[in-house]
Amino acid sequence: MEINSFDNIETCSVSANDTDRIEGEVIEELKARSQQPIPDPVQWMQEQGKGGLFLTKLDDILSWARKSSMWPGVCFTACCAFEFITAEASRFDMSRFGMEIVRASPRQADLMITAGTLTWKTAPKIKRIYDQMAEPKWVIAMGTCAISGGIFASSYNVVPGYNRIIPVDVYIPGCPPRPEALIRGIQMLHEKVAKGTLNKG
Amino acid sequence: MTTAFSTKEITAKIDKKLAGSITSLDVNILLVEKDSLVELLAYLKNTPGLDFDYLVDITAIDYWDYFEVVYQLVSLKNNHKVYIKTRLTGRENLSLTSIVSLYKGADYQEREICDLMGIKFEGHPNLKPLLLWEGFKGYPLRKDYLE
Repeated sequence: MEINSFDNIETCSVSANDTDRIEGEVIEELKARSQQPIPDPVQWMQEQGKGGLFLTKLDDILSWARKSSMWPGVCFTACCAFEFITAEASRFDMSRFGMEIVRASPRQADLMITAGTLTWKTAPKIKRIYDQMAEPKWVIAMGTCAISGGIFASSYNVVPGYNRIIPVDVYIPGCPPRPEALIRGIQMLHEKVAKGTLNKG
Repeated sequence: MTTAFSTKEITAKIDKKLAGSITSLDVNILLVEKDSLVELLAYLKNTPGLDFDYLVDITAIDYWDYFEVVYQLVSLKNNHKVYIKTRLTGRENLSLTSIVSLYKGADYQEREICDLMGIKFEGHPNLKPLLLWEGFKGYPLRKDYLE
């Protein structure tokens, strides 16, 4: 709009500047156009047989839903947790995969990322957390300690790998793995979940 | 900074019965017979001018021929520190008198040493396993421990 075109309009304001004039004009114009109510957008509900159809397998749509919102539970026994925290935070941003909500309760979690060394004294607690998670559930072994016990493998109190306690789906090597590696592991788990069926995730 | 405390002062002041069980290993390191340990620590804690009121650490070392238990004491008041060592010969049924009644902070330290080195502390109020679990066989930090 040209500011000059409003110069000749009569108003009651004695000291109106150009900005005020434009604002008044916009309001008047909208008011003139808005004399009738807009119909509520519910017309489509009356129409029968005109909706779009999408054919797929139930397994596929279930797997898609499962892998698109996989909530991790809390199982951070040692230093790999910091790489997980970095992966969750804004720079690597795991909410891209629907994973931004880390559940403190295992009953609301789908995925256990085992970030750290496991000792025999902690092992019964980890087993219990895993048992409390609802099916379908998955486990990622993150870092060498989770895979094999790492540098502590021959120690008197370290469990040589989480797979002695719980079944593991994906192994991510590294001490610790970088967030990129963790995200690659999660993508591999997504590929695995995509092959799942109704009965087994 | 905390300064090393010359143990000559202690050996000069201390009464003769106790002094007989003490050897000076270094400028601020004393070696004491295990039967006189509690007596010496009580003396170091309660004597004005010494005032070793803070137990920093207890640790144990396996030298094959004997076990050495090291007490590190600091005086927060006078800002000086001293090491007290005691030796236990043999490898079976090792025991030492607990100092929890003197220093409360010795509680977990003594439980840890009992777990990992197998040295019992007589008079400890709660000598349960701290880091290991009930039923664990052996003492993992001993030189001859093999899983």
